[in-house]
Amino acid sequence: MTEKLLMRGSHVIGETAALSGCRFYAGYPITPQNELTEYMAGAMDKLDNGTFIQAESEIAAINMVIGASMAGARAMTSSSSPGISLKQEGISYLAAFELPAVIINTMRGGPGLGNIAPAQGDYFQATRGGGHGDYRTIVLAPASGQELAGLTRAAFDYADKYRIPVMLLGDGMMGQMMEPVELPDPLDLDTLPPRPWKLDGAKGRPSQFIRSLFLDTTVEEDHNWKLNRKHQNITRDISKAELFETKDAKMVIIAYGTAARIAKGAIKKVREMGLKVGLIRPITLWPFPSQELIEISRHLRDFLVFEMSTGQMVEDVRLALEGRGNIHFYGRPGGIISTPDEISKVIISLYHRQHLEED
Amino acid sequence: MTTKVFKRPKYLKDAIFHYCPGCGHSIIHRLLAEVVEELDIGERVIGVPPAGCAVLAYFYFDFDMGEAPHGRGAAVATGIKRILPNNIVFTYQGDGDIAAIGTAETIHAANRGENVTVIFVNNGVYGMTGGQMAPTTLAGQNSTTTPGGRDVLRDGAPIDLSQMLAITKGSVYIERTAVNSPKNIRRTKKALTKAFKAQMDGLGFTLVEILSPCPTNWKLSSLDSLKWIDDHVTKTFPLKVIKDEIENRSNLATEAINQT
Ligand SMILES: Cc1ncc(C[n+]2csc(CCOP(=O)(O)OP(=O)(O)O)c2C)c(N)n1
Repeated sequence: MTEKLLMRGSHVIGETAALSGCRFYAGYPITPQNELTEYMAGAMDKLDNGTFIQAESEIAAINMVIGASMAGARAMTSSSSPGISLKQEGISYLAAFELPAVIINTMRGGPGLGNIAPAQGDYFQATRGGGHGDYRTIVLAPASGQELAGLTRAAFDYADKYRIPVMLLGDGMMGQMMEPVELPDPLDLDTLPPRPWKLDGAKGRPSQFIRSLFLDTTVEEDHNWKLNRKHQNITRDISKAELFETKDAKMVIIAYGTAARIAKGAIKKVREMGLKVGLIRPITLWPFPSQELIEISRHLRDFLVFEMSTGQMVEDVRLALEGRGNIHFYGRPGGIISTPDEISKVIISLYHRQHLEED
Repeated sequence: MTTKVFKRPKYLKDAIFHYCPGCGHSIIHRLLAEVVEELDIGERVIGVPPAGCAVLAYFYFDFDMGEAPHGRGAAVATGIKRILPNNIVFTYQGDGDIAAIGTAETIHAANRGENVTVIFVNNGVYGMTGGQMAPTTLAGQNSTTTPGGRDVLRDGAPIDLSQMLAITKGSVYIERTAVNSPKNIRRTKKALTKAFKAQMDGLGFTLVEILSPCPTNWKLSSLDSLKWIDDHVTKTFPLKVIKDEIENRSNLATEAINQT
């Protein structure tokens, strides 16, 4: 498809999921992501082999996804922060079972019921596994309508390739905004690699099972190392960041998703004033694009991490840079959306404080 | 010449059960394997074992099985069945699994009329975790968390989940049986057969609740446990067909087909 469509972010995710072979969706209403659930109801209905279930809870929804994935389907669920907390047990099981699945988190202000405004307070939960046990999920952070399409397709592909749950981490701004998008071509399900592990009845093959219980500690240890090797491969293969105006930069902002868009606006402003500032926008939050950061740290010292939280990704920046450079932080939690003006002021004062205009 | 009159059912693996002596799970496993063989569905059945004493059921059954998190069997089974409507999907769940932590998933699966079969093993305790009170523990019955006996004013009365599920429009067949006598074991097998057949006919949600002995946690001998079911458990949970709309639904289904 080459035509550009003006579409709402949540609909881009839904339509791309359907075009990417998603044949099962279960979800429970929660603002600000109801448009996606509603879209999936229609999208699955239009397919002759699609299933949509409005589940009785987020717990039920993620467990339905587990079942659909066991049965070999590309399956997805979506929610917003409080509902994602409820899904964590199921996500941990998906990781242990090595089942592919896609989870959309439209983050809102928190903790608790919080509010429905865009926020980035679920970074730790998303990138550290979120549920119990020693595992990770792939976490992708789109920042435009086009990227919502690309990363939704990628989410399904990564989930299959690595047999791992993949989370798309956005917010209500991402879900609501209308942008022109080119949707990917519909995927021919027959071209997907076979799933020899799936449960579809022991016909013409020995019976098989999917489990997460390993009472023998040495077997559980092996299972954990196996997952860990997979995590290492993923880290090597898919870490990704966008670099914007970094070539001559004396300072870079590190921000993802909605915050990165705001930061870009601020950078354009300060560039007009002659400040050499760039942006590193992590596209994969886990694996974190540490190499890109290290590379840039060879040319400059000052990093300003900007998040819509009190500071979560900043810890990954510190871990990545291991003392190379000065790491500054600016954040607004609780659903506050900073303006590019506000961020440019932060940049300007930091730029001068670090005497960057001098060298 | 000798003839073999009793053998391991085709769909039980050559493995030794880990269950305690006198535990009902072993009998129920055998019945289930026999029914799968007799209905000739071994190549399309998918079982969902619970967290509970039967968590290792995939080591015993020789057909496909996928583990569910504690209590979520009905939701996992829903996902499997919606993707593979021609397969036969069942969950195998204890009373804690189904009637405490998994109540919501079970009621809503029944209400949606999910075309799956639930095997609900009611032994009145949390067996796997060491004999704590279950939602089905009898009034006055001792458990490790009701040392003076279950006090219905403090702990609530035993829940009759099967009765609750019968109220939902989506359930078609619910029967309570037991495995404490040859007669009851035969009845249980019949009920399992009936439930699976209803699923094969696409009629909706079916459930067989099986009263099952747990000598270890009841702190009774195997024989006394069997008697305890007759003397006590069936007084709160009487053996009966709780709901049977198989005939009605089959007629409705035939009518619908004839009309189109
Ligand atoms: C979320 C969660 N909570 C608690 C447990 C611990 N747990 C495992 S089995 C079980 C209850 C088992 O009792 P029941 O379902 O009656 O089955 P039985 O063992 O008696 O056959 C519990 C509480 C768990 N696995 N997961």
